[in-house]
Amino acid sequence: MDGFVSLWNMLPEGLQTLIWILVKIVVIVLPLILAVAYLTYAERKIIGYMQIRIGPNRVGPRGWLQPIADTVKAMFKEVVVPTHANRYLFLTAPLLAFAPALAAWAVVPFDEGLVLADINAGLLYILAMTSLGVYGVLIAGWASNSKYALLGSMRVAAQIVAYEIAMGFALVGVLMAAGSLNLSEIVHAQSGGPGQWFAWPLIGLFAVYFISGVAETNRAPFDVAEGESEIVAGFHVEYSGMAFAIFFLAEYANMILISVLTSIMFLGGWLSPFEGTLLESWFAWVPGIVWLGLKTAFFLLLYLWFRATFPRYRYDQIMRLGWKVLIPVTIVWIFGEGIAIALGWQPWLSGGA
Amino acid sequence: MITFNQFVFYLFSAIMVISALRMITVRNPVHAVLHLVLTFFTAAVLWVQLGAEFLGIVLVLVYVGAVMVLFLFVVMMLDINIARMREGFVRFLPVGLVVALIMLGEMLVVLTGRVFRLAPPPMPPAGYSNTEALAGVLYTGYVYPFEIAAFVLLVAIIAAIALTLRRRPGTLHQDPAEQIRVRARDRLRIVKMDAEKRS
Repeated sequence: MDGFVSLWNMLPEGLQTLIWILVKIVVIVLPLILAVAYLTYAERKIIGYMQIRIGPNRVGPRGWLQPIADTVKAMFKEVVVPTHANRYLFLTAPLLAFAPALAAWAVVPFDEGLVLADINAGLLYILAMTSLGVYGVLIAGWASNSKYALLGSMRVAAQIVAYEIAMGFALVGVLMAAGSLNLSEIVHAQSGGPGQWFAWPLIGLFAVYFISGVAETNRAPFDVAEGESEIVAGFHVEYSGMAFAIFFLAEYANMILISVLTSIMFLGGWLSPFEGTLLESWFAWVPGIVWLGLKTAFFLLLYLWFRATFPRYRYDQIMRLGWKVLIPVTIVWIFGEGIAIALGWQPWLSGGA
Repeated sequence: MITFNQFVFYLFSAIMVISALRMITVRNPVHAVLHLVLTFFTAAVLWVQLGAEFLGIVLVLVYVGAVMVLFLFVVMMLDINIARMREGFVRFLPVGLVVALIMLGEMLVVLTGRVFRLAPPPMPPAGYSNTEALAGVLYTGYVYPFEIAAFVLLVAIIAAIALTLRRRPGTLHQDPAEQIRVRARDRLRIVKMDAEKRS
């Protein structure tokens, strides 16, 4: 141990910072990937029960090892590059989809002070990173040299640009209420019991944010990018093996990200739901990250529930919903919120103090 | 010995310069757009490193996340004849060089500081918020120019819509209001029929 410490002190300071940041990244990314693996298992099980079947139950006790079996299978499959595809971009596209999905986690606060980069413009950073994810899909569609893939990526580009505006406006409402772009401070602004959560005064923006989040991650009922009944499998039709698995990982990491962000912005993040009630002291021993995890799990359940319940939207209706319903709702809501803040509407919107 | 900060600066400036060069030299327009995206992204990294985190992130959010996506969208759908695109290169080179020289001269005038006397900005104190500082300037001292700029943009949006809005007869499109108004009895008639006799 002493030898390790002296070796550590011998390193130059820049390298020490670099190693320290890398260790923190690993501590966030490894549990995330595990969560993604078991989210796929949960999805198959939950949708299975909703459709009165059992779901995966062959690999390991009650099918618990199914995600691991899937990973191993994907790793040993051949990655086929189609003829006349742009080889370099074809293989870069999955990485371009995956990297922003991971990078956004840098500013997510898991508990009081438990955050990789506590930057002031955290909310903007999140928006910037989620808007980068579309490149992976666009490039995948173009580089595949396949008309179905190109159609899929065209659909994604139009859809994501449309819903990003509604998403950004919903977040403008949050930052007006909290008076800060820092995610930890947004959570602090909601302290003092579930009645203080932004989900109540901003309930319209809350709904708009989650709906656009579902559209942004290309999940059912907005999954026209993959629309297997119309364009085979959309942008990833030519991908196989690990290249496909990375798209899959990115999609599920984005789902978890949207769920965590919805919990942070509207349901008080790591704050206990019993704050300010008699039960508060009974549950004081529960760490904040558990509350955040439970709130996130609720939204993930909603994702799976949507998928099991709703039929896919028609494409023109998706565009109509995005441009003509969600964006006007957010604009009107922000206007009303501005008036409420100016009038000092207690207890929620007291000028973002 | 270079510090970590310097290392990051040189790494990203090198990437930026190379990708900017590749942007004008590659043959394929989609590759050119992607190199431009990379240039924007590394420029944003450099701005963040200078402490302009708000501007850096907005560059990624607006240019990389929205403008270039639409750009790529259009370029992917165009059927561009690459050979014809290459023809004009030598012919337009002198014009390009003149523009580049003028821009270089302008930058030198500003940066060498004879005319503008730019002092290096003071180092911001710890815990200083770039976003708040910018908002303070935009919404107090420069509120009228800011509002006018917003208005000009609004006019541009309306003009763009007005220019592309034309009535084309014979196009097939859905009218959602009509679709919602449809009732089953308007479309569907239930007819009573006797069962067929078995022959």
